[in-house]
Amino acid sequence: MAKTVVYVTYKRGVLDPQGEAVRGALASLGFQGVRGVRVGKYIELDLANGRPEEQRAEVEKMCRQLLANPVLEDFRIEISPSAPPE
Amino acid sequence: MRFAVVVFPGSNCDHDCYHVIKHVLGAAVSFVWHKEGDLGGADVAIVPGGFSYGDYLRAGAIARFSPVMEAVRRHAARGRPVIGICNGFQILAEAGLLPGALRRNASLRFICDDVWLRCESQRTPFTQAIEAGQVLKMPIAHGEGNFFCKPDTLAELEMNGQIVFRYCDPEGRTTRAANLNGSTAHVAGVCSREGNVLGLMPHPERASERDMGSEDGLRLFQSLLAAAAP
Repeated sequence: MAKTVVYVTYKRGVLDPQGEAVRGALASLGFQGVRGVRVGKYIELDLANGRPEEQRAEVEKMCRQLLANPVLEDFRIEISPSAPPE
Repeated sequence: MRFAVVVFPGSNCDHDCYHVIKHVLGAAVSFVWHKEGDLGGADVAIVPGGFSYGDYLRAGAIARFSPVMEAVRRHAARGRPVIGICNGFQILAEAGLLPGALRRNASLRFICDDVWLRCESQRTPFTQAIEAGQVLKMPIAHGEGNFFCKPDTLAELEMNGQIVFRYCDPEGRTTRAANLNGSTAHVAGVCSREGNVLGLMPHPERASERDMGSEDGLRLFQSLLAAAAP
């Protein structure tokens, strides 16, 4: 199985209320110099084996249709290579 | 005029809507389970509030793939009235039947409070009998009601009269404090380009009887009846 990870975050320029709250909390703990925090989602998919480029196209479709809301979110996909057959 | 109240797993304002339509407005109404492929011949579709599918992933993101949403889509495409309230608004936005998206409240808190709304547009059958600038009192109860759209979309919405309600103070002023959830341009409700699909975060069905603290919400449903009258 190929492990695929999707990261979903608010688009740049969209105020992220959670990120802002975390940034404020970090500052109040004394962590200076944190200029911005963005909180997002981490989604792991276990995909059946397939050709990587086809898998990527498939996962992109999943992101556009369900995993991310294109009005306010961006997504990033990481596909780790399949383990070699034992 | 017959109403259909769509019910998803996790809807929790469905019975309130049913009660108000049947017992307060005095119109025919039935529930439509989300697995149904049609609205049973209803004239108006209500997508009620709640936490459909536990709000997993994003509020409304999963409900929009329920079979009944195809029926709602067809209903909307025929120009018939659809209203999405709270989670219903989130579902219609996720489905692309309404513009924009609903973010986490700016305060990150779930807000349960009375708000005042200024009616900005008579383009929808739900507001056509409500004067422009009229201030209505209704409650909100949501964690993700912070309306967002891009500046060019906002300009388009303004131009087309698609912004239907804005959060305001009791005098109708759109003060910063009145915008409890931090919505872009104080937007509390928007309609589709054609005007027949309305979504709003506040709950008109919880403000439709004097004993509930306000009857202002009933005016949306009365407006609908007036719009249908010959």
